[in-house]
Amino acid sequence: MINALERLGRSVLDTTGRFGRGHLFLFRTLLRFFGIFKRPSLLVQQLFSSGVLTLSIILVSGLFVGMVLGLQGYNNLVGFGAEESLGVVVSLALVRELAPVLTGLLFAGRAGSAMTAEIGLMKATEQLAGLEMMAVDPYERVFLPRLLAGIIALPCLAAMFAAVGILGGHLVGVELLGVDSGAYWSQMQASVNFTNDVVSGLIKAVVFGVVVSWIAIFEGTDCVPTSEGVSRATTRTVVSSALAILALDFVLTAVMF
Amino acid sequence: MFGVNSKSGATARAKAAKQQPVVPVLPDGEDALIKIRNLHFSRGRKAIFNGLSFDIPKGRVTTIMGPSGTGKTTLLKMIGAQLAPTKGSIEVDGQNVHRLRRKALFELRTRMGMLFQSGALLTDLTVFDNVAFPLREHTELPESLIRHLVLLRLHAVGLRGARDLMPSELSGGMARRVALARALILDPMMIMYDEPFTGQDPISMGVLLDLLRTVNETLAVTSIIVSHDLQESLSISDYVVIISDGVVVEAGSPDQLRSSDSPWVQQFLRGDPDGPVPFQYPGPTYQEDLFGESTHD
Repeated sequence: MINALERLGRSVLDTTGRFGRGHLFLFRTLLRFFGIFKRPSLLVQQLFSSGVLTLSIILVSGLFVGMVLGLQGYNNLVGFGAEESLGVVVSLALVRELAPVLTGLLFAGRAGSAMTAEIGLMKATEQLAGLEMMAVDPYERVFLPRLLAGIIALPCLAAMFAAVGILGGHLVGVELLGVDSGAYWSQMQASVNFTNDVVSGLIKAVVFGVVVSWIAIFEGTDCVPTSEGVSRATTRTVVSSALAILALDFVLTAVMF
Repeated sequence: MFGVNSKSGATARAKAAKQQPVVPVLPDGEDALIKIRNLHFSRGRKAIFNGLSFDIPKGRVTTIMGPSGTGKTTLLKMIGAQLAPTKGSIEVDGQNVHRLRRKALFELRTRMGMLFQSGALLTDLTVFDNVAFPLREHTELPESLIRHLVLLRLHAVGLRGARDLMPSELSGGMARRVALARALILDPMMIMYDEPFTGQDPISMGVLLDLLRTVNETLAVTSIIVSHDLQESLSISDYVVIISDGVVVEAGSPDQLRSSDSPWVQQFLRGDPDGPVPFQYPGPTYQEDLFGESTHD
């Protein structure tokens, strides 16, 4: 009983400590925001490795998600004779929810885990300590460009996910199942509001970008510097990011819609 | 002997250190670049330093030795202000490193070099770019001059021809030589070497020993070596500090250490498995464990 209480207490203390360290880490990184203007090339490099290299998985996933939405939407709407509203269903589902959430989850799996592993290995091989001893600030040189790259890349990827998804819905609904193309596009144009739907979806993507990059970089810096420690940190990044995205999605949906 | 005469037993040493920090006196005419005073540091419940105090002479090769887990690497990290002590101070060139503001600390670090055990080369940069890295970060020198300086340093460590290789293509010894070239590129006043000889073949070891000595003599750099490799370290050192149980147990020139009458130092130098430092980890007696009441049924 005492042991169980001791373990519980230790676990609570560890979690609280990590939570505090995580916030302190984000604060210290953001404090160096203007440092990015000294070395904008680092941001471009990170945009390439976390954004461009994630693009293919985003486009393929977006296409299939749009196709499934087209198929499911058509099967349900046709019963009410409302299949011409397919464009609205597909676009609203993608723009408001599926694009930011699924892009966030895919980004966490592809780019977030890579960030954690890279920074964890830099810690394990003393590269971070080496930078400090060379009087180079790792917050400015390593962490800030990755954080900003995540914040910029995720909304762009989410927008592309939504665009390709809408094309996927069109492919199945219009090309294969015979929904009228004009109705697909015109109803979408009439019902999707730029500010309420598109901008709100992009705001979600920005928030997910902050959270995923923050978790990924922090887990890398906070890991035990061994191969097992890096592996655990990578797993934690994916799990924590996924939970954070789903929980925040609910909160943001409740606030914005 | 200008070192601290060791007393038998860890407890006695720790008690003595707690009462009054004893600072080993440097040889005549030697100035201290680094002053470590009454340093205390713990990891969890284990005390690593219990009032550690000594000086590191300017322009000399100083080796810090001691059994595993005595905090030698921790001490290097404290000198570089990567770790802070719970009590005590470290002064480098007259500045208390743990009281400096970030900017002043970074300025001081540009005058310090550190050779990590793994080399700590940036794995996404070539050998050339690794060595050029501090110059590009801290100076506004044109690329043509940077190229000359980098090639000079790479030539000095015998790796000018390896400038286009990636760190993953280097052997352990080569990686450390590149790291040494990088540590020297800003002409620092001191270099700290963390276990530079570990895992080296005889040729690499010879090259490194020669380089360390040459660097110290030609550039008048203060060298601080943390090492387990007794003979190699003693062969190039001017001053040796042996620490154990968080305090200095002996300090002096290699010859003075060899002639020390301290049983602890003699055990360490000869590598005897048993002596003042016991072979067995503290615990119940062997007889109790075998025939007494067992707690691990």
